Amino acid sequence: MYDLIILFTLLFLGYIFGQMAEKKHFRSLIKREEEYREILTFAKRFPLNNNADQKAELVGGNVVISVDYFKRFVATLRNLVGGRVTTYESLLERARREAILRMKEDAKQKGLNAIVNLKLETSSITKGSTSQVGAVEVYAYGTGLLSSHSL
Amino acid sequence: MIVTNIEIIPGRRVIKHLGMVQGNTVRSKHVGRDLMAGFKNIFGGELVGYTELLTESREEAVDRMKQQAQAIGANAILNVRFSTSSVAAGAAELFAYGTAVILE
Repeated sequence: MYDLIILFTLLFLGYIFGQMAEKKHFRSLIKREEEYREILTFAKRFPLNNNADQKAELVGGNVVISVDYFKRFVATLRNLVGGRVTTYESLLERARREAILRMKEDAKQKGLNAIVNLKLETSSITKGSTSQVGAVEVYAYGTGLLSSHSL
Repeated sequence: MIVTNIEIIPGRRVIKHLGMVQGNTVRSKHVGRDLMAGFKNIFGGELVGYTELLTESREEAVDRMKQQAQAIGANAILNVRFSTSSVAAGAAELFAYGTAVILE
């Protein structure tokens, strides 16, 4: 009986706070993405114009985002029947967008105005097989350029 | 020391290739951070402690790679890649590698 109460309390807390955190994060992502829009990012391997770039430097940003209790519970249930795990999809999307934003912040701090060869790396951080701590890390990196020609 | 993850440096020519250089570091989290992470696992959200830890570790890996490049007389590292793997429970390995070159 007590186990059930604890389970439902955790689920409730996870749902309320998890949703709040997610909504807040998405709002802040949209706002900051607008701010850093002028730093253009490309996944292509070579600079846009060889002669117009004065500076090249590695830039990167990373973030670790934890799953909440509710998300993990839903994912466990989903594991039984298979299919899309939407709760994790939004988690990964948030992590990627955040990592890219931090990379852009890094580029701006170093006085660069374009990024080429964007690479994304995702790794999961779990502690033990029982996964007491479940989190995902995304690292975004690329080459920041100071480009003088108009992009 | 110029470090990039593209294969050329805009406006400069590579005189000599010196081969691969690498740097790695294995880090584990301390108990306090793990405890906080445990709480965060109920509520969700960013694990700031882990983010910082991994940022520091990556810098360390890149520094080691740079040291190695310096030791063989390179002045730039091109085509740098990162890779992460979890070695044991609670520890992660961060690995950075690239090609050391001499630019004119």
